[in-house]
Amino acid sequence: MKNSSRRGFMGKAFGAVAGIGAVASLFAMKKSWDPLPSVKAAGFTTLDMTNYKENVMITEKWRGKPIFVLKKSAEVMAKEKGNPEAEARNIQVNGDNFMVAIGLCTHLGCIPAFREDEGNFLCACHGGMFDASGLAIKVPPPRGFDIPPFKIEGNKLVLGEAGPEWQAMKDNGVTL
Amino acid sequence: MAHFTKATSIKDWLNQRLAVDKVEKVMMSEYWIPKNINFLWAMGMVLVITFALLVVSGIFLLMYYVPTVEGAFYSVNYTIMREVDFGWLWRHIHGVAASVVFLIIYIHMFTGIYYGSYKKGREMIWISGMLLFVAFSAEAFSGYMLPWGQMSYWAGMVITNLFAGGSLHADGLVEWIRGDYVPAQAFLGRFFMLHVLLIPLAIIGLIGLHFGALRIPHVNNQDGEEIDFDAESKKYLDGDKAGSKVMRFANDFMSKDMMVVGIYLIFFFYLVFYNYGFAMDPVNFDPADGLKTPAHIYPEWYFLWSYEILRPFSVDLGLILFAFAQVIFVLLPFLDRSPNSVPANRRGMFAIWFWVMLVNMIILTAMGKLPPEDPFSTIGFYSAIVFVGQWLLLPVITMFEKKV
Repeated sequence: MKNSSRRGFMGKAFGAVAGIGAVASLFAMKKSWDPLPSVKAAGFTTLDMTNYKENVMITEKWRGKPIFVLKKSAEVMAKEKGNPEAEARNIQVNGDNFMVAIGLCTHLGCIPAFREDEGNFLCACHGGMFDASGLAIKVPPPRGFDIPPFKIEGNKLVLGEAGPEWQAMKDNGVTL
Repeated sequence: MAHFTKATSIKDWLNQRLAVDKVEKVMMSEYWIPKNINFLWAMGMVLVITFALLVVSGIFLLMYYVPTVEGAFYSVNYTIMREVDFGWLWRHIHGVAASVVFLIIYIHMFTGIYYGSYKKGREMIWISGMLLFVAFSAEAFSGYMLPWGQMSYWAGMVITNLFAGGSLHADGLVEWIRGDYVPAQAFLGRFFMLHVLLIPLAIIGLIGLHFGALRIPHVNNQDGEEIDFDAESKKYLDGDKAGSKVMRFANDFMSKDMMVVGIYLIFFFYLVFYNYGFAMDPVNFDPADGLKTPAHIYPEWYFLWSYEILRPFSVDLGLILFAFAQVIFVLLPFLDRSPNSVPANRRGMFAIWFWVMLVNMIILTAMGKLPPEDPFSTIGFYSAIVFVGQWLLLPVITMFEKKV
């Protein structure tokens, strides 16, 4: 009886030590899989917005992801008029209107192709479609393109930094 | 200390220290297999041999493969394919075996379903087998990342995005799995580790469990007959080999088994030498490019059926049904409420259920390969509904099954 209670104590003592060790090593293992500081630090891209031409879709790169930049013509702007969802996504830099968005389908992350004639995007993976303002117009994508955090600095757009315009979009649920 | 005597032979010396005779009996000559089985019972051995081929060819690939985003594509497509003598052989064996192993796994699975080999004490065989299926799927996926071609990259992107859980938007979890915002060096490094170490270790452990699970209930037979293995093996050992319903695993059953393995290997190496193209997607011969999605992304053929269940629905419903399809087979022993463990053709409604399931999964596979447009997406949509419906119906139709 005395023996077994001693063994019981030893078992519990070992269990406590092993438990602390297990939790600590799980923490270390989790942290070892986190993105590295160098990966996080490389997360900013500056775009000069005077370089873009109307209705020509340019793909930039930010955090390894494609960024769609489309300078919208007056025609496209007229089409958007009266559609509050599309208007809310518009980014104005020095009087020019842009669609700037992460060019990954919000379904599972394929890159939709811009179709110049139709003026919209089609995803080859699962057939999702987006219009020129970045709104989803055909399932499976559950929402329009995500808009990367941006800050307007004169003619320039800094991606990766959250400016007041982006913050307002986020707060209003325009983007995630 | 145990008592040791001067050994009379090498075998006796080993016997005293390792009990090799006893081990041989337990594992081979007195491991009893029913006589009334057919070639479908050889699929387990075919899988063991295919796994061995994967391990050996993998060892040779591992010696030249470079797990970096700059070097991976080149090391596979130039170093291994052009420079290493017979490098092409290891790569083609590895690629073909990775594809064919799933064909055999599906045959093995559907054999089990048809003959009711997941019932009456054989539940753990089925469950460990399904865990092996999951481990093999993870192994196939992680291996597919390694050549770092366009399909590797985009399959990696799409599959890791599944972990965002649709509307849950667990983007932090996805970035944690990748170690980056997109698949990059951290991602390739960890999937390389998973592919060559952690998952193979898990597979070897699960194979041990799968074999262990067979010991007590024994192998099923093609008539659903309940055999008294103790009585039948005694009959065999007493000399009535013809009258006994069982035979030795080795060499009796093994000789048949290896015959099937031989035929399989001829077919296998025919594929390796003359028809390996099906296992090598042309799109994956373009190096990974994060700014260009291939025109049409599809998984390898063995994942197509579950991919097709994901595809026709909105993202959340698709994910839920996809998760359902992934786990539901594990629950088969508990969803089948019938006490009969006999072949499907003697189980009435269940026979129809079985063949509809098999054909429907082939249809889903075909639709998953075709582009997501009508009529394929409509057919895929209804097939996915039939798949889910069948599983919901299974407990009902088996509950009303007559006892055979």
